Amino acid sequence: MSTTRRTRQLAASAVAAALGVTALAGCGSSDDSASGSGGTKGSGSKTVTLVSHDSFNASKDVLKEFTKETGYTVKVLKSGDAGVALNQEILTKGSPRGDVFFGVDNTLLSRALDSGLFTPYEAKGIDRVAADTRLDADGHRVTPIDTGDICVNYDKKYFADKKLAPPQSFDDLAKPAYKDLLVTENAGTSSPGLGFLLGTIATYGEKGYQDYWKKLESNGVKVVDGWEQAYNEEFSGSAGGKKAKADRPLVVSYASSPPVEVLYAKPQPAKAPTGVATGTCFRQIEFAGLLKGAKNEAGGKALLDFLISKRFQEDMPLNMFVNPVAKDAKLPELFTRFGATVDRPTTVAPDLIAKNREQWVQSWSSLVVK
Amino acid sequence: MAVPVAFFALFFAYPVAAIVGRGLKADGVWQFGRIGEVLTRPDIRDVLWFTSWQALASTALTLLIALPGAYVFARFDFPGKQLLRAVVTVPFVLPTVVVGTAFLALLGRGGFLDELWGVRLDTTVWAILLAHVFFNYAVVVRTVGGLWAQLDPRQEEAARVLGAGRFAAWRRVTLPALAPAVAAAALMVFLFTFTSFGVVQILGGPGYSTLEVEIYRQTAQLLALPTAAVLTLVQFAAVGAILAVHAWTVRRRETALKLVDPARTARRPRGAGQWALLCGVLLTVLLLILLPLGVLVERSVDTAGGHGFDFYRALASVDAGGGTFLVAPLEAIWNSLQYALVATVIALVIGGLAAAALTRRAGRLVRGFDALLMLPLGVSAVTVGFGFLITLDKPPLDLRTSWILVPLAQALVGVPFVVRTMLPVLRAVDGRLREAAAVLGASPLRAWREVDLPLVRRALLVAAGFAFAVSLGEFGATVFIARPDRPTLPVAVARLLGRAGELNYGQAMALSTILMVVCAVSLLLLERIRTDRSGEF
Repeated sequence: MSTTRRTRQLAASAVAAALGVTALAGCGSSDDSASGSGGTKGSGSKTVTLVSHDSFNASKDVLKEFTKETGYTVKVLKSGDAGVALNQEILTKGSPRGDVFFGVDNTLLSRALDSGLFTPYEAKGIDRVAADTRLDADGHRVTPIDTGDICVNYDKKYFADKKLAPPQSFDDLAKPAYKDLLVTENAGTSSPGLGFLLGTIATYGEKGYQDYWKKLESNGVKVVDGWEQAYNEEFSGSAGGKKAKADRPLVVSYASSPPVEVLYAKPQPAKAPTGVATGTCFRQIEFAGLLKGAKNEAGGKALLDFLISKRFQEDMPLNMFVNPVAKDAKLPELFTRFGATVDRPTTVAPDLIAKNREQWVQSWSSLVVK
Repeated sequence: MAVPVAFFALFFAYPVAAIVGRGLKADGVWQFGRIGEVLTRPDIRDVLWFTSWQALASTALTLLIALPGAYVFARFDFPGKQLLRAVVTVPFVLPTVVVGTAFLALLGRGGFLDELWGVRLDTTVWAILLAHVFFNYAVVVRTVGGLWAQLDPRQEEAARVLGAGRFAAWRRVTLPALAPAVAAAALMVFLFTFTSFGVVQILGGPGYSTLEVEIYRQTAQLLALPTAAVLTLVQFAAVGAILAVHAWTVRRRETALKLVDPARTARRPRGAGQWALLCGVLLTVLLLILLPLGVLVERSVDTAGGHGFDFYRALASVDAGGGTFLVAPLEAIWNSLQYALVATVIALVIGGLAAAALTRRAGRLVRGFDALLMLPLGVSAVTVGFGFLITLDKPPLDLRTSWILVPLAQALVGVPFVVRTMLPVLRAVDGRLREAAAVLGASPLRAWREVDLPLVRRALLVAAGFAFAVSLGEFGATVFIARPDRPTLPVAVARLLGRAGELNYGQAMALSTILMVVCAVSLLLLERIRTDRSGEF
């Protein structure tokens, strides 16, 4: 009857619309396929694809320079935070979306290496890279690219007003003078939160860290889920925190956060509004590696060489707020003037982290998160 | 029906089944014992319990607060009504990180309530419940109000003339007609709050965890696919059960309704009671929705040198982000609009076809399909995203790095809205009208154009508005797939908030404000289109 014909009519218009969408898809992706399909042609390819997390950044000039030197154009694919991005690579192992993966850090390194994600490659110029960052020096499956320190930051104004010395060490944080001042992130969902927990484990050992956290707990530590809330909502020293009338002058953040506060303030202040408690730092090292099954292996190798070149290493600090690993790379003035020097950061071996991570986080949760 | 079935099979069922299968299989053998293992864990049981009761409480509270609003928007005429209707939908599309910020400003320390009465609600369950009302107010107002406005008030008047009291007339005439829409709205609110992610994370703190948060953690952080797979199945089962109950209630109550032009049903309020109701609703909207949004706007102009538009100016330049983006953040607006437009078209086509098929046919199979269409709302973005990665990885369907994946993922969430909004109206169209047209010599096409289309057009626009809004604000799936040179607005906001510094924070607030305005303007335009043409019938 009429109803069936009506359905057919609807179906016809739907097909037409769907075709329209496909046509749209066609023109939208034309620029993409021009560069993307180049990757499938193997040795003749002019595109090299870098898969990374959301924090990856490089200035345009530097990427252009790479193209000029090698003839390869870099296509960047970002997908979520560091853990998510790595897990996506593990899931697509053998049929990767790109050629090089950047952004696996020492807390996740064992997971990446155990899953056989990377093809070994010794990057040119690796001898210029600080030895203590080369955690896979024999296997060459990953190349260290940068380091960053997770440390407690403090609100300078708060401590000046109270005429109180800011804390310097993990021990200090548990003292009554700093009661109800610290906010940190959930170690189960946030990488600075996990880094801070690992820092306490490195300091007090696998037995002592639980006692330490009991002390922190009774000293009024506040735990929120992510860095954004901790830093922008709870920390009184940050720009966001000031607007939110935040009341916690201590936060777990990065050693590079004070220079960032200076760079993105208008007008730029003569001194950073925040400082770093340098005795509370946990060192993160970030690595990159050539993905197994990469369509453009030659390009990937050239990109790895470039990532530890002086040019790229010096570009990195102001784009990602991390420290270079190449010994010949100079830090920008912003870092030397406003940043903190962390002499003896804590660290935990990657295989130890891989083995105990879940259990550590779980016992931490039962102590602090109720 | 073939088109929507194929779409869902390819872009939903297959990826999700693949990722769940990966979690439940070891060396090619199904490990169903894992289900029992996971479900007996006390921490998982806590999560399940909290997820369920907060969703129930949130839904009840939302209905309580929003139903009077639905009535007022449907039946009363007042200046600024269209604008207000667009504005209450805005929360729906804002990134939860941003909304959390705004809400904390009101409920947290030094907030509105704190200064007035010394009441602080942050990290209590009240903050979660109120934020859920804030997010879902529009779902009730639009779904219920959309139908309410088209019910002929004369039917109720007729009942009263025949001697029924005011309440009895409402209960016997209006309530049965509205029930499917109320049920649909309640269902959607329940689904959203049951699968709540951002709100619970920000306002509840780490002490509260929903099933969705746990699935994300297990998948994205721990790569514990077995646990994630079990939890996904549990969420499936729960959503399936809710849908089954819903389908049952709806079937019992659906009847052909006499629909009229909404412009004829709304009038100025009369009498003290109606004015009080109107004022009450306006006050609720002001406190609950406009105030948090206002906080965002205020922060976006609150620069170091007093109030100004510095953050907005910074959005236009590539450098101000310090290389946060390869393009100026402002371009994200254009990206978002393009993605959302394509997603809306896909959602309307797929959802429209599905709704039409569901109206025309009956039977268990079709009803099962009805429920299936709603499932994307109950499945976490991370599951779908990871599923995409392991299934759409071979040519010709290696879409993993293609931009079309973004609108496809957004459309998945949009389709249920289209179906839910269209279905009650389509089913309510009196078949006899169509037959009458046919008897009078109209071709089927003409009958459809003259009878169905005018009655359905409003629902279609409401549905389009929803699909568009959902796509604009979609974050979970987009963040996995959006390319760095083409960030969407929510992705750009999240990246800015992920950095220290005043300029970044200010730009995030400015961009959120723009997202707010873009959404409000888009919805307003949709409403305009409707009123311009409503004179035709």
